[in-house]
Parts: sequence; structure tokens; C-alpha cells
Amino acid sequence: QLPTGLYKKILVILHDSVLPYMNEPTLMMDFLTVAYGIGGAISLLALNGLFILIHQHNLEYPDFYKKLYSLLDPSIYHVKYRARFFHLTDLFLSSSHLPAYLVAAFIKRLSRLALTAPPEALLMIIPFICNLFRRHPACRVLVHRPGGPADMSEDPYVMEEEEPSKSRALESSLWEIQSLQNHYHPDVAKAAAVLNQSLSEMEDDISGLLELSAYELFDKEVKKKAVDVPLEFEQVRGLFGKKNDIFAEHFSLD
Amino acid sequence: SNPFEVKVNRQKFDILGRKTKNDVGLPGVSRSKAIKKRNQTLLKEYKEREKTNVFKDKRFGEYNTKITSEEKMIRRFALERQQNYGKKNIYNLNEDEELTHYGQSLAEIEKLNDIVDSDSDTEERGTLSAELTAAHFGGGGGLLRKKVSTEQQDEEEVKPKSRKELIEEMIAKSKQEKQERQTRRESALELTEKLDKDWKEIQTLIARKTPKSERKEKEVEKPKPDEYDMIVRELGFEMKAKPSERLKTEEELAKEEQARLQKLEADRLRRMRGVDEEANKKRPSHMSADDLADGFILDKDDRRLLSYKEGEEEEEEEGEEEEEEEGEEEDNENEGESQEESASENEEDDAADSHSDLESDLESEEEAAGNKEEKKHKANENESQNVEKLDPKREAAKSELPYTFSVPESYETFKSLLAGRTIEQQLIILERIQKCNHPSLAVGNKAKLEKLFGFLLEYIGELATLDLPELRTIDKLVLPLYNLCQMFPETASDSIKFILRDAAHDLEEVIEAKGRAIFPGLDTLIYLKIVSLLFPTSDFWHPVVTPAFMYMSQLLTKCRITTLQDVIKGLFICCLFLEYVSLSRRFVPELINFLLGVLHISLPKNQAQGYTVVHPFTPVGKNLELLLVCDKEDLKSWEKQNVPLSIVTRLKDTSRTEINHTRLSCLALCFDLIKKCAALYESLPSFHEIMHPVRILLTQHVPVNDYPEKMQEWYHGALKELENKVKHYTPLICEKKKPVPLKQYTPKIVKVLEFGRKQAGSKKEQERKQLIHRHKRELKGAIREIRKDNQYLARMQLSEIMERDSARKRKVKELLGSLATQEGEWKAMKRKKWKN
Repeated sequence: QLPTGLYKKILVILHDSVLPYMNEPTLMMDFLTVAYGIGGAISLLALNGLFILIHQHNLEYPDFYKKLYSLLDPSIYHVKYRARFFHLTDLFLSSSHLPAYLVAAFIKRLSRLALTAPPEALLMIIPFICNLFRRHPACRVLVHRPGGPADMSEDPYVMEEEEPSKSRALESSLWEIQSLQNHYHPDVAKAAAVLNQSLSEMEDDISGLLELSAYELFDKEVKKKAVDVPLEFEQVRGLFGKKNDIFAEHFSLD
Repeated sequence: SNPFEVKVNRQKFDILGRKTKNDVGLPGVSRSKAIKKRNQTLLKEYKEREKTNVFKDKRFGEYNTKITSEEKMIRRFALERQQNYGKKNIYNLNEDEELTHYGQSLAEIEKLNDIVDSDSDTEERGTLSAELTAAHFGGGGGLLRKKVSTEQQDEEEVKPKSRKELIEEMIAKSKQEKQERQTRRESALELTEKLDKDWKEIQTLIARKTPKSERKEKEVEKPKPDEYDMIVRELGFEMKAKPSERLKTEEELAKEEQARLQKLEADRLRRMRGVDEEANKKRPSHMSADDLADGFILDKDDRRLLSYKEGEEEEEEEGEEEEEEEGEEEDNENEGESQEESASENEEDDAADSHSDLESDLESEEEAAGNKEEKKHKANENESQNVEKLDPKREAAKSELPYTFSVPESYETFKSLLAGRTIEQQLIILERIQKCNHPSLAVGNKAKLEKLFGFLLEYIGELATLDLPELRTIDKLVLPLYNLCQMFPETASDSIKFILRDAAHDLEEVIEAKGRAIFPGLDTLIYLKIVSLLFPTSDFWHPVVTPAFMYMSQLLTKCRITTLQDVIKGLFICCLFLEYVSLSRRFVPELINFLLGVLHISLPKNQAQGYTVVHPFTPVGKNLELLLVCDKEDLKSWEKQNVPLSIVTRLKDTSRTEINHTRLSCLALCFDLIKKCAALYESLPSFHEIMHPVRILLTQHVPVNDYPEKMQEWYHGALKELENKVKHYTPLICEKKKPVPLKQYTPKIVKVLEFGRKQAGSKKEQERKQLIHRHKRELKGAIREIRKDNQYLARMQLSEIMERDSARKRKVKELLGSLATQEGEWKAMKRKKWKN
């Protein structure tokens, strides 16, 4: 009913400037439900208000987790409201009463999507997943399945399935994180390698990682003091003079 | 020694490693030794205890250290003379007389004025006159004989002389002779002096006036350096054949090179893995006993990259070689110059010629000595002189380059130096700058050359930003850049990091201001390419390459794609990414996203199904169909061609056809990149998930049949690479956890240096304790000694008293005895009297 821009503006401030001052916050119920159903960024933003209603005003929201699950798509790692969304998701998934299949589905989906994520998001999501493992030890089969079949031809997890319970996440393994161990960013690779070992008891604090920006990462790397600078030993033969240079195949110096 | 004198201290327990000093002792020997010592010292003191006379040393200044010994002697002598002055010694016959030897006073002789004696003098000195010898050694017989002869001659005239007279006469005669000799010699000396003086006067005149030819003859007479001598000396100075490494055959060289490369490659691989290195470095850190083992460790990232020294050394070697070559060149020049010199000197006179001959000899010797450095300096000087000398000529032929360059101080001078030169000339200039200012030649050269790297980098950037980018020049300039980088890795990395930081900063500012970014210029892309040339991109972490990765990732995710140039730039960065990770095979999600996006914009609208594109591409919106080509004609006429990079700075206002062709080239490039990605990432466990959207797009949405045949080849190449990968999943298993050992108090381990010594406490404390201990021991020893001394003294006193007592007893006994006998005698006398 409202234009998207207006929706966004309202939803950004709704949870801390509007809802606490309303006599009957439950009146916002319908508005938020509709907004939540729209999808995309608006759904992400509506989540915050909904959370307050559920948490403080006894709102019963059917299939809340299913809806949350369906919100996860590749763009969540790229959007502006990433920090806010993951903060809330962390909150929702912190309950230890959630069924293992649900958490496993979330883990699997998040890590599948992480295959397209930029490094700053990866640095946040890997500790996030580690925390989920710590809270729900039943999900550890995803990283440690000693008696499983030796070889599979297909990932049992079904990405397209809307229903978390039918996604067969618990039968799968976290190959995505294993792939990320080969990520080009050294910190990401190190963080992903943590899942190779058994996890420590303490939860990682991800609040500092939520707001991480690419520029901060870059700045951190540039400011690192190097003791020694390794050099290329292959003699240069020109700008595109390397062996099997891709550039020489497709670009010309004209 | 006598076994009965040995006392053995038996040990109760044998302790391994303990050294015992006092296991055996010789009490008898040591006691007798002690007594002997006391006899020599203590007894003497004891005996002289009541003697009060003292020895006084009255020698002058004996204990005065301020006076030197020589002065002391002089003063003493003076004192002695003073004491003796005025006392006439009856035995001192002729004190005032001057002592002489051969008519000269001894004092004068002692002054050692060197009077040149002629040969005859020395002969004379050795032989005494026959008369004298006869008188001295003949025992007077000679004299008598002579007397006889003289008597025979003039018996009547001369009355016979007495012996005394005779001797006096002889003395007078000899004295006269002596006198005469002296005068003769004096006159001879005078004469020689005069002659010398005269000669000097004349000599100056002669020197000026003698014609050259005469002098030459004179010189010819002088012993000329013999040919043989010269050869001998040359051989002597010739460089001794040093045991050098034998020249290697080509095979060996190749093998060596291979070994070196293998080593470097191994090094690179280790750095690439990065993890091993970390593990190696990680030392078992100390854990306190209170550690909860909950994994809560505040760890710092203290990874360090391994050093890479070999390359540098090698570079240095290369540099040296270059220098040598340079030196040789200069030598040649030098020789040429010397030839010129000699030629010019030939015109001069012969004397000068011989002089130059000598010089050249010297030079040859120097060369033979092989003093390279000196030579180099000399060569350099010569060179600079050369340049100065030949400057006018140079001006005439301006196209030629000068041989020496100083490193430009600012970028402007650097630019002006290179401006208007051809590529080859620019390269030569750079090479000469490097050679003339090699760090080994002068102290400040390192900093200068480091600056040069920055200038060169800036220059390349400027060339790239030109309207018509001079990429060919950059292509060649990369070589000196690489060489400089090998020389100064730190500076190079710093300056490139600086450029990257600037670029990233600009990007961030634009994003903050506008919310979206635009692709940077060609210069930044070239810089990124140069990074991959200068530094190993496969390292797990690298001070330059890792920031470059981050920056490129930002470019691919943040920059909006609005034009065809943006697409080309993006694809260029994709190529960069692929090149960076070609060895390490690291996973770059941005790369796949971007390629997917590029494919997406090559499709007609409204087809986004089954896959999702991510930022910066949007499934719906404006900038779609950037790469879509509908024109059938253009499709048909397309030939795969390399995309010229200059297109990035300015898209020529060319026909639609050409633009369409460029689009198709981009698309082909995209297909090729996908193919390469697929080959690169096939080992990743979730390869199929990563490539899933691309595959869907390729198989379901790309209008293959519309493409020309060439394009279809590219397409099928990519698709084939994607399809023929086996799906292969193995469930993950955690690494086995190492059993955590129980926490224990580690035993305190103290080094035991000496047994039986207290080791506790700090070093200072130990020292103090040791001092106290030593003091105690010394004190005990001293007390014992004193006690023994006292005992000895007491014994002495006792023996003295005993002696005295026994003597007294004996004397008393004697007295009593004598008294008794006296008494007896007296009584006997009395009895006799009574009887009588």
C-alpha cells in the first residue's frame, strides 16, 4: 500500500521511536505482518518490530521460523541492514529449545549462501555458525559424522525446499565451510579452519563483527607491519609477459 | 712417601660426581713444613724483639720517585765531587791533566764528531812505530842496542846518555811526531772542505750549461732497467693464480638454476599454505595452573612471513656482475684513453717519453695486481673526466645520451629527464641511473634509488591516465621497476601500499558520498597488475598482495556497472583475480558473482529464473542488456579479437557494429573466465554449489543458437568444463582431538653447577652468601694460624727457659763443686796442720 521508500523509513525507526510510546503496540500487528510478507529488505526491517511484539506483547506468529528461513537469500550478505538482521537472527536462534533439524537447516542455508558473500560478511557468519554449533550440540553431525557413508554423489540438503523440516539438513555436511577454508582472505580461511577442530566451550562474541565493513578490513591489512616482504622470483618480461597470461589472450596493449 | 706418614680420611659413602680434596693427608710433612716456615719468620722476629738499632739509608733521593734515575745519578755525582773538592789525594797524580788518545783529548772523541780519516790514517793507527814497540816490548834491550849503535857512530861527540835521558828523548820525539801528524791531517781536511765548496759552486754552473745530448749519454751510462729484471718484477707483482671455481658447463648451470627455482618454489608453497608455518612458529605457551582449559585465550596475531633472502643475494650477485661488466667497459675506455695520451705524448721529447713509459709500466702493474676497486674508482673518475672533456662534442650530437645520471630529486626533474625520449632511450637512462648510483658505490645511493622507485611508479600511473595511454612504454618500464623492487623490497611494498590505500580511500569516500562507487581509472588497474608481477600472489598472507585482494574485492562488489567500459574494467579485475589465485587456487566468491552478473546482462530482460544475481547486479532495473547483441549482421561478422585496453579510458565514437563486436569479445572473455574458474575450483568440495547458478544460466537461458560459431565454441568450452566434474561428497569428520594432559605443577629445575653448594636465591644473593662463607673460612684459618704461632712461641720460650735453667744448674753445680773441693782442700790443709 505504501511506497517502498516510505516503508523502509518507517520500519527503520519503528522499533525504538514508535513502539515504546504507543499505548497499544499490538495495533501495529497487522502492519508489521503485511510488511513481513512483502519480502526483501522490507521483511528484514519488519522483523525488528515483530520481535518486540512477540517478545513483550505475547504475539503468536505461526510459522515464524519458516518465514525467517525463507528470508535467507544471497542478498542478505550484501544489503545495508546486514548487521541488524543478523543481530536479530542471532537472538531468535539463541533459544536452546529449538529443534535440531531447524537449526541445522539454518546453518546449512547460511553457509550455502556464504559461498557468494564478501569477506567482511564471511568473517561475521563463520563465528555465527560456530556459535550455533555450541548452542545446539545435536547439530554437530554437520561437521563430524564418523559413521556416515564413505561417499555420496549428491548433497542431501535441498536448497529449494521452503520447509526447514524437509530440507534434510541433518543428513548433510558443511562442505561449504570446508570450501571457504580455501578463501583468498587469510582471516576467513583461518576462521573456517576452526571447524576442523572440535569447538571450544566459550561462545564467540560476534557483536563487534556485525558492523564490519570492507574498508575497515582493508585498512587493517594495510596497517599491518611486515617484517619481510617476499618477492616474485620469476623474471618479468613485460606487463603481460607471464607464462599463460590470461591478459595476453584477451587484452591488447593498444 | 712413607705409607706410615699418610693419614687417610675414610668416606662413609661414595657420592658420584663429588670431588674430594682431603681424602689423604701427610701430617708429618705439613707440620715440619710449618715449623720450618716459622723458624724463618717468627723465630727471627722473636729473637730481634728487643733490638732497637735501625738501618738508615742515606743515599741521595733513593726513595724519591719524583727524580728520574739519571738525574739522581748526576746529583749524586755532584755531591761526591763536592765532598772531595779541596781534598788532595796523594794517589791522584794528574787530576787536572787532560786525558788524550793520539794527541786528541778523550772528551773530544767522546763527542763523536765524525772526522773522516783517510785510509792511510787507519793504517797508521794500527801500527806503532818500530822504535816505540822496541822501547815498550823490547825490555830495554833495543834501547841498549841502539845506544850501542849510536855510541859507535858518535862516540866522541856525544857523551853517553843516562837511561832517563834516553827515555825523555824518546818521549819528546814521539810527541813531536804526533803533533806533526795532527797538523798534516788538519790541513788535509781543510783542503777537502775547500774543494767541496768549489765543486758545488761549479756544479750549479755545469748543470745549467751542459747540453742535453751530453746528459743523455750520461743517463745511458746509468744502469738501465734490464729487460730480465723487468720481467722478474712483473712476475712478482702479477696476480697470483687464485684457486677459483672452475667454469661450469651449461648442463651444470642449468641444473643449478633448476635447483634454485625448485627451492624458491618450495618456499613459495610453504608461504602459500601459511598454516604450517604458523604451526611451526607456535610454541607451547605457558599455561598457568589456574587455566580453566575453556579455550579462552587472548591470542595475538603474531604471524611473520618467512624471509626470502636467496633472491636478494642473487640479485646482489647479479648487480656485481653488472658492475664487473661495467668496469670492463670502462677499462676498455680507459685503455683507449691511455693510448690517445701516449700518442699525443709521442710528439714530445724523448725524456718525457721515457717518463710516460714508466707510468704505463706502473699502470700495467696495477692492472696485474687486479685491484679492482681502485681501478673502478679510477675508471669512474676517468669517465667523469671523459664526460667533461667531451661535453662540447656531446652538444653537437645531442641525440646521444650522457653516461652518468644522478638520481632526480623530485618527480618533475625525473619526468623532464624522460620526456621526449624513445622507449629504448628511457630504458637506457633508467639502467644508467641504476648503475651509476648503485648502493655499493656511495652511502646515500640507497635512499636515492628508493625514491626512484616511487617516481617510476608515479610515471607509469601518469602514462596510464593519458588520453592515449602509452601502454607499450609501461610494458617496457616494468622491467626496471622489477629490478628496483628486487633491490628494495620494503620501499617498494610501502609505496605500492600507499597507492592502494589512496585508491581505497577514494573509493570509500565516493561510496559514503553517493552510496555507490564507480570503477577507478586504468592506472589503478595497471598498478594492480604490477603487484602481481612484483610480488608472489600465492602467499597466505602478504603485506601488499592481501590489501590488493581486498581492494579488488571491493571493486567487484561495490562498483556500479553502467557502461561497457565498466564491464571491461570488471572483467579485467576478474582476470587479475584469476591470475592472483592461479597458483594458490584460493576461492574468490566475488569473481563468480561478477561473472554470473556479466552473463546476466548479456541476456534479454525478464529471464531471471532459477538463479539470483547479487550486488552490484540487479535482477531488474536499468543497466540490463549491456552486453546484449541483437543485430544479426554484427553477430555474423564478429571475429574474436583482443580487447584494446585504451578503450577503458575513452570509448571511440565508433559504429554500432564495432561496439557490438566489443560486447561479443567481452562475452567470449567471460566464457573463457568461467572455464578457467571451473578448472581452478574443481577440487573444492562444494564446487557444484558454487557453480550452480552459472550452470543454470548457461544451460537454460543463454541463447546459444543465436551466437556465431566461434562464440559457440567458447560457450561449449565453458559448459564442458562445468559439466564433466564428478559429484563427490564425503562426510566431514573433525580432526581427532588431542587428549589434554592433566595439569601438573612442573617441577622446578635448577642447574646444579657444583655439589654441596647452596644454589637457592638470585645471583646477587648467591654471591653474597659465597662471600660470607669465604670470610668465615678465612677467619677460621687465621685464628688457627695465630693459635699455632702462639704455641710455637710458647714452645720456644719454654725451651729457652729450660736452657737457661739447665745452664744455671750446671753453673751452680760447678760452683758448688769448686767450693766443695776448696773446702775439702782447706780441710785437708787444716788436718795436715793439726797433724803436724
